[in-house]
Amino acid sequence: MKTLTHIGQYVLMIQKTFGKFTKWNVLKILIVREIDDLILGSLGIISFISFFVGGVVAIQTAINTDNPLLPGYLVGFATRQSIILEFAPTFISIIMAGKVGSFITSSLGTMRVTEQIDALEVMGVNTYNYLIFPKIAALTLYPFLISISMALGIFGGYLACISGGFSSHADFVEGLQLDFKTFHIVYAFIKTFLFAMLLATIPSYHGYFMKGGALDVGKASTTSFVWTSVAIIIANSIVTNLLLT
Amino acid sequence: MIQINNLIKSFEETQVLKGISTIFEKGKTNLIIGQSGSGKTVFLKCVLGLFEATDGDIVFDNTSLKSMDLKTRALLRQDIGMVFQGSALFDSMTVEENIMFPMKMFTDADEDEIRDRANTAINRVNLIDANHKMPSEISGGMKKRVAIARAIIMNPKYLFCDEPNSGLDPRTAILIDNLIQEITQEYAITTVINTHDMNSVMEIGEKIVFLENGLKQWEGTNREIFKTDNEAVTKFVYSSEMFKKIREIYIKESN
Repeated sequence: MKTLTHIGQYVLMIQKTFGKFTKWNVLKILIVREIDDLILGSLGIISFISFFVGGVVAIQTAINTDNPLLPGYLVGFATRQSIILEFAPTFISIIMAGKVGSFITSSLGTMRVTEQIDALEVMGVNTYNYLIFPKIAALTLYPFLISISMALGIFGGYLACISGGFSSHADFVEGLQLDFKTFHIVYAFIKTFLFAMLLATIPSYHGYFMKGGALDVGKASTTSFVWTSVAIIIANSIVTNLLLT
Repeated sequence: MIQINNLIKSFEETQVLKGISTIFEKGKTNLIIGQSGSGKTVFLKCVLGLFEATDGDIVFDNTSLKSMDLKTRALLRQDIGMVFQGSALFDSMTVEENIMFPMKMFTDADEDEIRDRANTAINRVNLIDANHKMPSEISGGMKKRVAIARAIIMNPKYLFCDEPNSGLDPRTAILIDNLIQEITQEYAITTVINTHDMNSVMEIGEKIVFLENGLKQWEGTNREIFKTDNEAVTKFVYSSEMFKKIREIYIKESN
């Protein structure tokens, strides 16, 4: 029953987010600020993780497929597939649930605790639109972040293989180009976009409807991370079943 | 003027407000007093429209809140200024931006006009050299002044204050009380203040409503409160020896 109440409240929140719109002059500033906080602010950590995890994926693949009967291009192929299909869209999204999700929940939670949301409501502001819509708008740029993650992940894999002597340049590039399906990129971006919406709305829900004091802001951030991760994993499973099988 | 008619508010099985009726007059500082848990904050939030009343009605200058559609309610909210207990200033904005915020949201005035109005409000509340500071860089008393300036920038008809001088030193608390009273009279606003502070009651209580367990136990002025025999009021207001003595002196002098 409680779960149903939460789901109902979450759906109503999204409906109200697209209700009475805030003045464009104010809204555009909020969107730019959110792009800076949520997208540009995540660029560094996403690049760092993608580059090194891409390297590790390539090295692991090379070490575990060192049978001379297996073709040399396998390392490049496996690195490309794992990064484009899963690592960049799904696992980066889970990392983002920790980074961006906690930020959204704690900032909205703090606004709730310090009565800033009440102050907006008393003024007659549609607080859902004012606070949540700019986050959704900013996270529509999330696929660009994932594109960078894909590129850096593959580049990291390439550098690790070449510098470690696990593969030759020709073999790795051949693997990258082998059996390339454009639909895999489309699939990756469809789920990236879906995850972006989950990343914007689930942490917003946990922050907006938070009750209690400062300690509860921390608890809400943790709960928000858990539920956003769960939602991403479930959505990933559904989308993969629908689009790839 | 705000007229409250038999206001009832329940949360599931618990009835927090049990039928409160009163009138808050224009140009007066109306105080709601009572112990913690007496229903003051719920009462204020019902009047503000943050909580939907279970029963009863709230009438703002002859217009019932019940009869208002969402659009009219939104317009009414632009006539309401609110000073929260913790000031509720927006952390991400400077003092000046906080004060300019309601005008930016709800008017088509240009930046210069908004800034002029903000500076008028800033001067009115005697804020000096704080325009470009962030809320975290100013004192509690200054935060209250910023909150008052933000509340009056739209020239509201109604001003609500939730414990405006809590956490302030006695001198600043009196300054804030006097500022609210001056603004109330100057702009002919209907002001409703939720307070625990007995100094406020004595100094600016032009009308006092005493709540206990969700019921209105007593109402009157700051002069009448000295003479009342209502046991609940005397227990609450004259719980300290100092106020007991003040009361005795007042009664002696008036006789």
